[in-house]
Amino acid sequence: MADMSNMKMRAQLKGDYVEVKVLMSHPMETGRRKDDFDKLVPAHFVQLLTATLNGKTVLEAQWGTGISKNPYLTFRIKGAKLADIITVTWHDNHGATATQDIAVTQG
Amino acid sequence: MRRRDFLLGLVTFAAMLPLKVLAALWNKAAFESVQITEAARGLNINAEILSSKILSTDIQIIAPDRAENGAIVQVEFKSNYANTVAIAIFVEKNPTPLIANFVFSNGAEPFVVTRIKMAETSDIKVVVKAGNQYFSNAKNVEVLENGCG
Repeated sequence: MADMSNMKMRAQLKGDYVEVKVLMSHPMETGRRKDDFDKLVPAHFVQLLTATLNGKTVLEAQWGTGISKNPYLTFRIKGAKLADIITVTWHDNHGATATQDIAVTQG
Repeated sequence: MRRRDFLLGLVTFAAMLPLKVLAALWNKAAFESVQITEAARGLNINAEILSSKILSTDIQIIAPDRAENGAIVQVEFKSNYANTVAIAIFVEKNPTPLIANFVFSNGAEPFVVTRIKMAETSDIKVVVKAGNQYFSNAKNVEVLENGCG
């Protein structure tokens, strides 16, 4: 499995809002898929995702197994400025977690 | 030795604590529901809003009319309600219809783009919570290849 702790992130100022794009690395197994030996692959998926702007929560998401493998997310924040720090953290059903920061740049 | 055991126990306990707290946060009942109405109820959404014929044009759904591969369907949701608190996403005919619930605060716009799995041709249903009110919209997507594995 690819290194799950790595996220690709970009945060760009676009007029009066910052657009944040995140690409995570996660298998997002539903628990219903069978492997080549006809065995069910156990569910393994991100359940919670939070985003903060300079430490203040802006987005809290709960996910089920219906988010695609290697989750992709775009969200927008009003009132954010250049060099502000956006942090994204996720937690999965196995207790694994990843967190990453990005500074806002000019879009 | 005893002291070490005690400290080790303390560390283990501390390490397990966040997991338990987080597990409690995740809405298991809603996400494991196999009926869309049940899933909605799990989020305290009146199921009537989902069967309602009154669709809100103030909720924008951008999704393809046809998806070649149900494993990756890119979708965009935007609410025009100024006091939007949350956006919940359902795929009516998925084995577990609740896909995600996004809660916005501190300047986050009620806007999200993500990629979802669709088991078969189905409506994507969105419920927006604005203040204490709920609004919904739907869009049908024809799925050519099952994406739920």
